[in-house]
Amino acid sequence: MFEAIAFYLFAFLTIAMFFITVTTSQALYALTALASGMIFISAFFFILGAEFLGAIQIVVYSGAVMALYAFGMMFFDTTRDVKEKQGNKMIVSGLSVLSAVLVVVIFAAPMVSENITALYPIAEGVGNTQGVGMVLFTKYLIPFEVAAIMLLVAMISGIVLAGKKMDLSLTMMSDAEIRDMKLDQTKKVLS
Amino acid sequence: MMEIGLNHYLVLSTILFAIGLVGVMRRKNLLLLFFATEILLNSVNIAFAAISHYYGDYTGQMFAFFVIAIAASEVAVGLGLLIVWHKRHGNIDLDSMSTMKG
Repeated sequence: MFEAIAFYLFAFLTIAMFFITVTTSQALYALTALASGMIFISAFFFILGAEFLGAIQIVVYSGAVMALYAFGMMFFDTTRDVKEKQGNKMIVSGLSVLSAVLVVVIFAAPMVSENITALYPIAEGVGNTQGVGMVLFTKYLIPFEVAAIMLLVAMISGIVLAGKKMDLSLTMMSDAEIRDMKLDQTKKVLS
Repeated sequence: MMEIGLNHYLVLSTILFAIGLVGVMRRKNLLLLFFATEILLNSVNIAFAAISHYYGDYTGQMFAFFVIAIAASEVAVGLGLLIVWHKRHGNIDLDSMSTMKG
């Protein structure tokens, strides 16, 4: 009963927030609506008994990702209205419905065809966080390490691309400027 | 109606995915295009968590964790590239990036 009420309430709120995100012409409205939608999505994870995933959702999305977006928006001119693509509305809506139906088929096909047995069944008598930890650090250890390396690469590339000394960065300079800089360096070394 | 099953969550996930797809197709500003991709990733996470709950399996939650990690790194790299583009050209419209020349 309460689960149904919570599900429908948060489903309505999430859909409304994400609808605002994709339709508004103000970038700040889109940002705040997206952040609130992320928090409402974490409510589904709590309803489903995945408490650790819900906490991660709040911390990573509305903490880290939204802060990063807000930081990035300071660089862009967000006060003016966003111009929209003048496309054919029929084509866009038709493609969206087609893709959504395709997604349903993708999800429904394995369930209809055969009985799915749990590969790593949810452990009895332990909490969600403990069970997630046991599976993550035994069966999924290699993907975990690979994800850590990927996050390191993303961090370094973020620092290199958006670092403070942008005027000296190789990504912003033309080839001639890079050649001049290298010539200067060799001159300094020789002299 | 009052008993929430797996299909309810899958339908909700599909609705959110369709909203994200509409956003990807109609947005011209690249920052708002990134917002739409975040919606896509989150809708898939709901489906993963629901399947994990109703089949009694941890695999769905594991995949949701890795999707969140990938989304975080995508935002870091994408915003860095966007800042470089904005400093060079002064706008982040998708139409101005139709050519591959630097």
